Amino acid sequence: MRRTALFEEHLNLGARMVDFAGWEMPVQYAGVIEEHRAVRASVGVFDLGHMGEIWVRGPHAGAALDRALVSLPSALNPGRAQYSIAVNESGGMIDDLLVYRVADEEWLVVANASNAERVAALLAQRIGTTANVSDESASTAMIAVQGPQSGDLVASLFDAKEADAVRALRNYACRSGEVLIGGTRIPLLVARTGYTGEDGFEFYLPADRAVPLWRALLTPGTSGSPAPQPIGLGARDTLRLEAGMPLFGNELREELTPFDVGLGRVVKFNKGEGVVGDAALTARAAAGARAGRALVGLKITGRGIARHGYEVHQPDGGLIGHITSGTHSPTLGYPIALADLDASASPYPVGEPLDVLIRGERVAAVVTGVPFVPKGSIGTARA
Amino acid sequence: MTSPAELRYSKEHEWVRVQGDRAVIGITAHAANELGDVVFVDLPQVGATLTQFAVFGAVESVKAVSDLFSPISGSVLARNEALSTAPESINADPYGSGWLLEIQLGDPAELSLLLDAAGYDQLTA
Repeated sequence: MRRTALFEEHLNLGARMVDFAGWEMPVQYAGVIEEHRAVRASVGVFDLGHMGEIWVRGPHAGAALDRALVSLPSALNPGRAQYSIAVNESGGMIDDLLVYRVADEEWLVVANASNAERVAALLAQRIGTTANVSDESASTAMIAVQGPQSGDLVASLFDAKEADAVRALRNYACRSGEVLIGGTRIPLLVARTGYTGEDGFEFYLPADRAVPLWRALLTPGTSGSPAPQPIGLGARDTLRLEAGMPLFGNELREELTPFDVGLGRVVKFNKGEGVVGDAALTARAAAGARAGRALVGLKITGRGIARHGYEVHQPDGGLIGHITSGTHSPTLGYPIALADLDASASPYPVGEPLDVLIRGERVAAVVTGVPFVPKGSIGTARA
Repeated sequence: MTSPAELRYSKEHEWVRVQGDRAVIGITAHAANELGDVVFVDLPQVGATLTQFAVFGAVESVKAVSDLFSPISGSVLARNEALSTAPESINADPYGSGWLLEIQLGDPAELSLLLDAAGYDQLTA
């Protein structure tokens, strides 16, 4: 199994380690609920060293990415990021991605751990010699800092002038910088992005500098603020689900197009010749934004937790789809789920009652709006 | 972690406390710790029949659902209703307030198929 540069740190922090996409990763430290609440109320720090970082460089890199992905990376200004998706020729989703334009001729594509090698190979194959594709996943660490107090924590690492610039980063903005920790200069990319539904930042840096940055982030502040907590993949999943963010392998699958899961807005058309999946997605878009399928949020009102793969039925009626993700929401105190439904008969509006089959029994649920927990609703309320 | 000496244990991480012809059952501290934060428990109704080593319910943590296997046969006399509002008792006090069911023992001879505390601790060491 593969290990990130922070593996020993996790063991020393008493983490429970699990196999995640071939990586030995921390699933929890203090406990999923406590970690989840720390991110909603203050700040948490995540090791995301298992994610894939693929750089695409050169004067034609933007145009090449426009053809390789569904979005329009060439339209990004330097220092900005966008959510994107790689699809196959049929428009089926291969992975969802974050694409940063780091400099004029330099893009960073961040892929899920489970798909990193496939995305790197696909970009190399689709881009060919038009631009330079470099999979730097193995030598790159990724650390996320998320929560309403993440700005203070992240700014504290930088000198005063740089700290102001980092605080001023807008959502989906990034900048290259440097921090000095214990005499070690750490060059890094800092971005105002995340996967928790809170304000937050993500750092990309050389893997061999990850330990000092990680330790600096977990050092208690001097102003009496609570010590930042390390957050495992368990809370990462409950946080993203409360925020209604899709997970590849659950909500996003190769059998589905972006339009089937409400991500049609990510797909850009009229990008010229040679765009992978363009014809299939054009046809799919013409059929209507969500024709036939719907990804909906559910609040479970009966007893039990709906899990990935459980059946969803019409009340006293037939099978209409399956749960893609489900958990007990630590913030709301009741079970929530996302479900992929056959919506040819109904769009399943908010308030519609449905049943989930939990261990053979029908349990009542109701369609609810996503995100389940609106961004910043907890931290702001307490601030 | 040392398990209470007065209990008997199954390899599926449930414990039994025998009191005459009745028994209280629950899940072990080891199991509770492995599960993480317990948020929901699905228990059979009073009067239901349990079969030794068969599934009788489920316990859900934030991350996953796990089947509950009965350490012993019998019929359900009472369930710990407090767990419906405080499932976290299973993590906080697995051998006390986190108990699951009280049952009428079906066949006390089945107890010989369970582990003592030393045997269970060895299993989970």
